[in-house]
Amino acid sequence: MTAIQKDPDNPIAHLSREDIEQIGRELDAIRQEVLDTRGEEDAAYIRGLIDTQRKLELGSRGVLLFSLFPPAWLVGTAGLTVAKILENMEIGHNVMHGQWDWMRDPKIHSTTWEWDNASPADLWKHSHNEIHHTYTNVIGKDHDLGYGIMRVDEDQRWVPFYLGQPAWNLINAFLFEYSIAAYDLQLKKNWKGRKENPEFQAKAKQVMKKIRTQMTKDYVVHPALSGPSAPTTLAANLTANLVRNLWTHSVIMCGHFPEGVATFEKKSIDGETHDDWYVRQMLGAANIKGSPAMHVMTGNLSFQIEHHLFPDLPSNRYQEISPKVRDIFERYDLPYAEGSLPGQVASAWKKVIRLSLPDDTLGKAKSLLGFGRKKKEADIHEIRPERLEARAA
Amino acid sequence: MGALAERVATPLLPSDYVDLLSPLASSAELRGKVVGVLPETVDSATLIIKPGRTWKGHRPGQYIRVGVDINGVRRWRAYSLTSSPERPDGNLTITVKTIEEGLVSNHLVHRIRTGTVIQLDQATGDFTLGEQRRRKQLFVTAGSGITPVMGMLRGHSEDLEGSVLIHSAPTGRDVIFGRELRGIADEGRIELIEIHTDRAGMLNPANLAAMVPDLAEREIRACGPTGMLDSIEAHLETIGLAHRLRTERFRPAVVVTGEGGTIHFTVSDVNAQGDGATPILDVGEEAGVLMPSGCRMGICFGCVSRLREGAVRDLRTGEVTTATTGDEIQIQTCVSAAAGTCQIEL
Ligand SMILES: Cc1cc2nc3c(=O)[nH]c(=O)nc-3n(C[C@H](O)[C@H](O)[C@H](O)COP(=O)(O)OP(=O)(O)OC[C@H]3O[C@@H](n4cnc5c(N)ncnc54)[C@H](O)[C@@H]3O)c2cc1C
Ligand code: FES
Repeated sequence: MTAIQKDPDNPIAHLSREDIEQIGRELDAIRQEVLDTRGEEDAAYIRGLIDTQRKLELGSRGVLLFSLFPPAWLVGTAGLTVAKILENMEIGHNVMHGQWDWMRDPKIHSTTWEWDNASPADLWKHSHNEIHHTYTNVIGKDHDLGYGIMRVDEDQRWVPFYLGQPAWNLINAFLFEYSIAAYDLQLKKNWKGRKENPEFQAKAKQVMKKIRTQMTKDYVVHPALSGPSAPTTLAANLTANLVRNLWTHSVIMCGHFPEGVATFEKKSIDGETHDDWYVRQMLGAANIKGSPAMHVMTGNLSFQIEHHLFPDLPSNRYQEISPKVRDIFERYDLPYAEGSLPGQVASAWKKVIRLSLPDDTLGKAKSLLGFGRKKKEADIHEIRPERLEARAA
Repeated sequence: MGALAERVATPLLPSDYVDLLSPLASSAELRGKVVGVLPETVDSATLIIKPGRTWKGHRPGQYIRVGVDINGVRRWRAYSLTSSPERPDGNLTITVKTIEEGLVSNHLVHRIRTGTVIQLDQATGDFTLGEQRRRKQLFVTAGSGITPVMGMLRGHSEDLEGSVLIHSAPTGRDVIFGRELRGIADEGRIELIEIHTDRAGMLNPANLAAMVPDLAEREIRACGPTGMLDSIEAHLETIGLAHRLRTERFRPAVVVTGEGGTIHFTVSDVNAQGDGATPILDVGEEAGVLMPSGCRMGICFGCVSRLREGAVRDLRTGEVTTATTGDEIQIQTCVSAAAGTCQIEL
């Protein structure tokens, strides 16, 4: 998709200023309702989850002490992988968003939390909470968009470097936690002149230290504790970290990359009001449909739209408010991007591959074969003729 | 061993895993478990608390801070210890009287269940007797103000023989520890004067000399509502005995409020509106900032934080403190309110 302002199908062209303000009020009301009912049950949820996650991790690591026996390896590795995913997604990501700060528990607070990830918490919080959530999908501002190494939007000028992006993306998936660390350091931007940049030096040191302690734990200390099972425990930890990388990479891709998610021009956010920001968040994210277990394993980022609208509401509430949010989309005739996990992953990959080529290479190829790309416009006309009439009038 | 445990547990701390199995065993956090709740009067109860491993003990008259989760939110309040440090089972007690609409007091008296794990702090406070306990004492208390004195009577039972206790409560049935106090009075260990204010009216400090003929020879300790303490202070001042008086207050004497302003908590990067009467501590907590705190009434300095810029007002004196960029002025957030825009380093 091109930046929404240039898009001939601009999905918000039909919204008046009053519409946007009304959407803002309705979303504020949804938020307030959650704030008013936030309490004991929510606290019990996160405490229970943290407790379960830690016991699962402890238990799995215990089992891995005997990982020489293949069944122990399987059980331990599976448990550790799930524990590590829960720790990063439903717990770490959300705690660091400040979703649980209202409990006033210093042990579960955005300012004190450190997570099981290569990227140190405070660095991640800055690049994620401040940059990505503020500038969501604004080309040139939101570094999450293509992570600075990929072309994920037609409006990013094509250069031959992008031919390799399907490969970059695959490597990125395997090394995801390290990519995040590199990205939080803004390695690409800071690489030149890194020697004369004391701030960068300090941060880089911090990252290296975090990576070192993380690696020591997973690849030295725990294997060493396993005695004869050392090599198999090492393999188990490696597997758990790898699977988590692939999983989180997929989930994050599903959040903003699938087709149907809007991007925005830099100047379009000049003078943006809070209500405009809401609308941008509504269109700049995509949800994943699935089971309760899937939602928890994605850290409820499967409700990416709700998360982007209300990043600091407790994640266990996203599912509950999602029908209300969806209702607003429907009433204001806005596209609520949603799909199954395999569908969204495929869609995101398709985009990465398509945009690795100069514009419309695939389109041209397709029209040669007789498939049109204009279908989308036709759909909109069919579905909402009254909107068009209203606009014409 | 410790270093290895840290390497194993990172990014968590080894104590986080200890907490998982036994919250009282933690060496990092002091917690307690409520092992009993004993009703005292209709609106008060004593909580028996088994303290965690790192509890360092207390001196009679001191208080502890208790953190309880109410509706998911952790609330801290101070309560005087009413148990003797020598209690054989090692448990400690606090005795709480409800306050109308009071969030924590009502929870502790009416709703908390045995088995609940609560957060604790080590005992502090200097409303203690020290060496003076060998001198003759007069205790003047009212309502829940009996609590630190009960702690002393239990903890220094031998030294305090011959003490006088003047205690005010609406009726005889409202006297917290009524039975125990009357018992030790009957044994002749202390002299107990009860003032039942529903019938007899409030204590008039001018009558103290008549009630306690050797008033001038006694150390005087008072604990109770602000009005009572203020009037005793004023009277002892006029009769030249102010130097004998020590008081314990349960809440700050707020005298001045004014215009508020926006408070920026710089470390958490949170902005909140401070209304000029509400302590910055409460404003910050409400906004989800992790605020250090203690007594919440200006005596312990547990809440001291840096004012980086702007103005705050001391609610007890009205004094306005200002800071300009580059300053780092220490303020007590529990008794300071915003007096305009200000930046707090938290
Ligand atoms: C050193 C110290 C020792 C203390 N020891 C005891 C003790 O042994 N037993 C005990 O019951 N309490 C004690 N307190 C008081 C206790 O800490 C709480 O302030 C009290 O329980 C009220 O809390 P709350 O959450 O119920 O009321 P809140 O919900 O905080 O307040 C409700 C309303 O009551 C008012 N209020 C708050 N505190 C008081 C007060 N003390 N008197 C009158 N009105 C008040 C508030 O301004 C508010 O309007 C002590 C306080 C201090 C500082
Ligand atoms: S909390 Fe004790 S002085 Fe502020």
